[in-house]
Order: sequence, then structure tokens, then C-alpha cells
Amino acid sequence: MSGDTKVERKSEREVVVTRSFDAPVHVVFEAWSRPELFKRWWTPKSVGMSLLSCEMDVRTGGSYRLEFSHPDFPKPMVFFGKYLEVIPDSRIVWTNEESTEASITTVTFEEKAGKTFLVFHEQHPSKAALDEAIGATDAMPEQFAQLDELLTAGLGK
Amino acid sequence: MCYIVNHMVQYRDFDASFAALSDATRRGVLEQLVRGDASITDLAGKFHMTLTGMKKHVSILEQAGLVVTEKVGRVRTCRLGKRRLEEEAAWIERYRQLWEARFSELDTIIEELKIKEKRK
Repeated sequence: MSGDTKVERKSEREVVVTRSFDAPVHVVFEAWSRPELFKRWWTPKSVGMSLLSCEMDVRTGGSYRLEFSHPDFPKPMVFFGKYLEVIPDSRIVWTNEESTEASITTVTFEEKAGKTFLVFHEQHPSKAALDEAIGATDAMPEQFAQLDELLTAGLGK
Repeated sequence: MCYIVNHMVQYRDFDASFAALSDATRRGVLEQLVRGDASITDLAGKFHMTLTGMKKHVSILEQAGLVVTEKVGRVRTCRLGKRRLEEEAAWIERYRQLWEARFSELDTIIEELKIKEKRK
């Protein structure tokens, strides 16, 4: 199944990732919704980051908080938000509130003949919010340049 | 959790490209230019548009760095702005590789879960 990950830009604010998994939907959902499993795959070794902590209360209205570290960064990066909708074996919707304006991520799971088709959809903030965030990032372009470098170095093969 | 990508997008100022590519006609114009350079008049004809309408689309693509135009005599010729297209393709590819790496790890965990289930 590996190698069929597809990335598509749907609009100026949306990116969609799709992939099939050779397992029924309840297995794939379990790997996404149980923190002890989630933290084993969300930061692949090639990215060079590690998860310091991972708190996830995967149910509608629940929240999450992830802390990452990397040797190049003095302080851990914190990612947090709320689960807007959780339908077991079907759908998880969450907010990403570490940015200036919350963006929304939706992941859906669909079973077909014992396999799971997964759609990961990111709705980025509005253009106005994006412009504002660009202003905010000017304060630390070096850090983002480093982040770019680390992603390029870690992922470039 | 999409923080990294958000900031990569912002840092690289891709919003203009995203806006430019959100329109079907403009994507069509880019596809057309992949096959070869064309004048605004050619493009207007192919997409059944007025010259003014096509000029607007080309101008948006040009501002995003996706298209370069050059006026020779009375004809304005359009061609692809290679650098931006390559940058954008590279961004998508890095993002795809990140997800492929994640999903590859996820495959391992899924296999473990399946084995556990069989034992039950």
C-alpha cells in the first residue's frame, strides 16, 4: 500500500491528503485516536522532531495538546486545539489554535472491501488571517528558515 | 497540528499562487502554456472570453509569478514562470513525503493491531 499518498491543493486555503490502508476502518481509527499509538507515527524519524508529550481526549468537545522538541530549537513547540466532532470509525474534526486564527482539520475514514480510504483535509485560515500571520512570522524568519531546512534535509532523499 | 505547513506556506508567500490557481480558467491557461507559449488573443479565443477578461486572468497569474508576459510589437506573449511552478511543486512534494513517512509508520502500527486482533 505504501507510496500511494496523494496531495492535492483544492483552493488557496485547502490542502487534501489521501491514502488507502490495508485494514478495516476500526483499526485505522484506533491508531489515530489512541494517544499511545498516535505518538508513534505522527512524528516520523525522518522529520527529526520528537514528541515530548501528547495529551489527546478524542471525543467531541475534547481537547489535545502536543509538545515537540528538536535539537535546533531552544524551546519546545506546542500545538493545541479542540475536537469539534468525533464520530468513531468515521470522522475526526479538530481546530489548530496555536496560530493567530484557528484553522480546521478534518479526517474521514471510509471502508471499502476491508480496506480503509482516508482523506485528510486542512482548511487554512482566511486570507486576511494569513496576511496577519505573515506579519507575525517576520519576527522570526530565521527560525522558519531553520524549520524549512530541517524539513528539506530530513525529507529530501 | 498543521502549524508547520501553515508557516511554510506563509513563509514562502504562496497565497498569491493559491489564489491564482483557485480558478478553473487560470488552471486551464497554465495547462495551455505547458504545451507552448501563447498570445493573450490566442488564449481569449481558446477559452471563449473577451480580451479584457483574459487580460485580467493573465494579470493575476503574472502577479503570482506563475506566468511571464512579453510584448513584442502589438502582441503580448505569455509563457510559464518556471521558478514559481517548480517551487510550488517542490513544496507539494515535501509535504507528500512528510505524509508518506507518517503513513508508513502508521502501516506498521496497523499491522500490529491486526495481529493482536487475530490472537483474540
